[in-house]
Amino acid sequence: MADDVSHNSRRGLLLVSPPFLTTLVLLAGPLGAIILFSFWTQDYLTLNTDFTIKNYVEAAQDPIYGLLLGRSLLVAGAVTLLTVITAFPVAYFISFHVKPSRKSLWLFLITIPFWTSYLIRVFLWKVVLGFNGVINSGLIEVGIIDAPITFILYNLNAVIITLAHAFAPFAILPIFVALEKIDRALLEASRDLGETRVATFFRVTLPLAMPGLVAATLIVFIPVIGDYITPRLVGGPGGLMIANMIQTQFLKLNNAPMGAALAVISMVAVTVIATLFVWLNRRFLKVRS
Amino acid sequence: MRAYTWAYLIFLYAPIVLLPLFAFNDSTTIAFPLQGFTTKWFVQLPTIPALTSSVWTSVKIASITAVLSTILGVCAARAAVRYRFIGKRPIMGLIMLPLVLPEIIVAVSLLVVFLQLGLSIGSWSVIAGHTLICMPFAISILNSSFQNIDPALEEASLDLGETRVSTFYRVTLPLIWPGLIASLLISFTISLDEFIIAFFLSSTEPTLPVYLWSQLRFPTKLPVVMALGTLLVCLSILLLALAETLRRRGLRKAGQSTEGGFL
Repeated sequence: MADDVSHNSRRGLLLVSPPFLTTLVLLAGPLGAIILFSFWTQDYLTLNTDFTIKNYVEAAQDPIYGLLLGRSLLVAGAVTLLTVITAFPVAYFISFHVKPSRKSLWLFLITIPFWTSYLIRVFLWKVVLGFNGVINSGLIEVGIIDAPITFILYNLNAVIITLAHAFAPFAILPIFVALEKIDRALLEASRDLGETRVATFFRVTLPLAMPGLVAATLIVFIPVIGDYITPRLVGGPGGLMIANMIQTQFLKLNNAPMGAALAVISMVAVTVIATLFVWLNRRFLKVRS
Repeated sequence: MRAYTWAYLIFLYAPIVLLPLFAFNDSTTIAFPLQGFTTKWFVQLPTIPALTSSVWTSVKIASITAVLSTILGVCAARAAVRYRFIGKRPIMGLIMLPLVLPEIIVAVSLLVVFLQLGLSIGSWSVIAGHTLICMPFAISILNSSFQNIDPALEEASLDLGETRVSTFYRVTLPLIWPGLIASLLISFTISLDEFIIAFFLSSTEPTLPVYLWSQLRFPTKLPVVMALGTLLVCLSILLLALAETLRRRGLRKAGQSTEGGFL
């Protein structure tokens, strides 16, 4: 019997090894290399492989890096909050008010925009929000405004709107899955025992949906930190984020070690915040995700 | 709440609806009011050599990526569904990690390693990066395919004298093929549309999104970009609809309900 188990285990390991090795070579190795790299320095094209924390010191001292990282975290936080709050009613509607046979059609409709070219979607927001864009030319045509409004493009508002649009399905799907898992009998029980609809929602539905909300928060927050296209296209000079600086260090300034250090700092910041968030949820809301 | 959901859908689709509107608009500026109908932007598309060559690069990269990530996905999904082995959770966790990792991190870390090893980057390095990020999607689709197979069917085949290999081809494969095709199509679509990794790793052979990016700076090129975008979005939607139909057919075949989406 024990032999059978180890035989089974070997077969499983053998089967998982091609994808596992691929990930080791293409992901774990390179991530390790980035960390190593961040402790090196580069002068134009010559790489100095002496161990130093110079890059981290520079990142801490030059205010531009702190500013960009802080802005990235702020934008990611705002986008996450906006996306999760606006996505919740949509997920709730599909889970509770759509006929079971129609649910997958609704989910399909929501995911389609996500699968179309991200680059084109972001660019289209530039067209929508621009100085001569759809909103401005439309409003002038109708006569609501005389001159184009400018607070909607090339600033953080534009970045947040565009990212909230791009990450909507990421927020809707985990919340939907959590809502689907809720035993409907619990809601009936709550109503039968005299709770109002509102109280049932806050005392039964919402706590049970928390794992979905936590998953949605993380799955939106983490990739937004690394976004580079949206700030570049619609952010203007005041809307650039840490990923733009990483790209500049690597491709324009030929300072890969500094770029690596910034990448490591962003990863650490994201991990710390995500861990803290999950911990707070477990601690105070007794959520297990 | 129905009204809110519809409004949300309109918000989701609003930018995409504008795409064909301006692609057929007879004006070089992208603004309202529309100036009349034209197909000249579409006619111009095949006459731009840099564009057509980037299309072929993209199709080549996306096809190879789709095949590689689906094959690797089959291995991982099969192992995850059918076997228990040491370190299963951390191993599967690492394989699924690119799903939540910012793409720029994947892109720069691969760039650093390839350059340090003295490898000249090109289409192959884009394929490597794309395979890495497509694999988790392939696995989540194939997981449900494998979960729907009754292990008794494979056992019966083995008991009746088929080898493991012939059992895979004659029993397992026919049962998972809708998932297999769905995984190929999804991986193809992701690779076709992916920009950041391609931008860092493509070097002198730009993919279609990288070419598009270079054109966004020139206002006079925008209508052509709109036309190209329209075609790209139509292709993506077509591939997805096909993948979704196949996925549902597969689930019905296995006697499962067809609720839920891809992710």
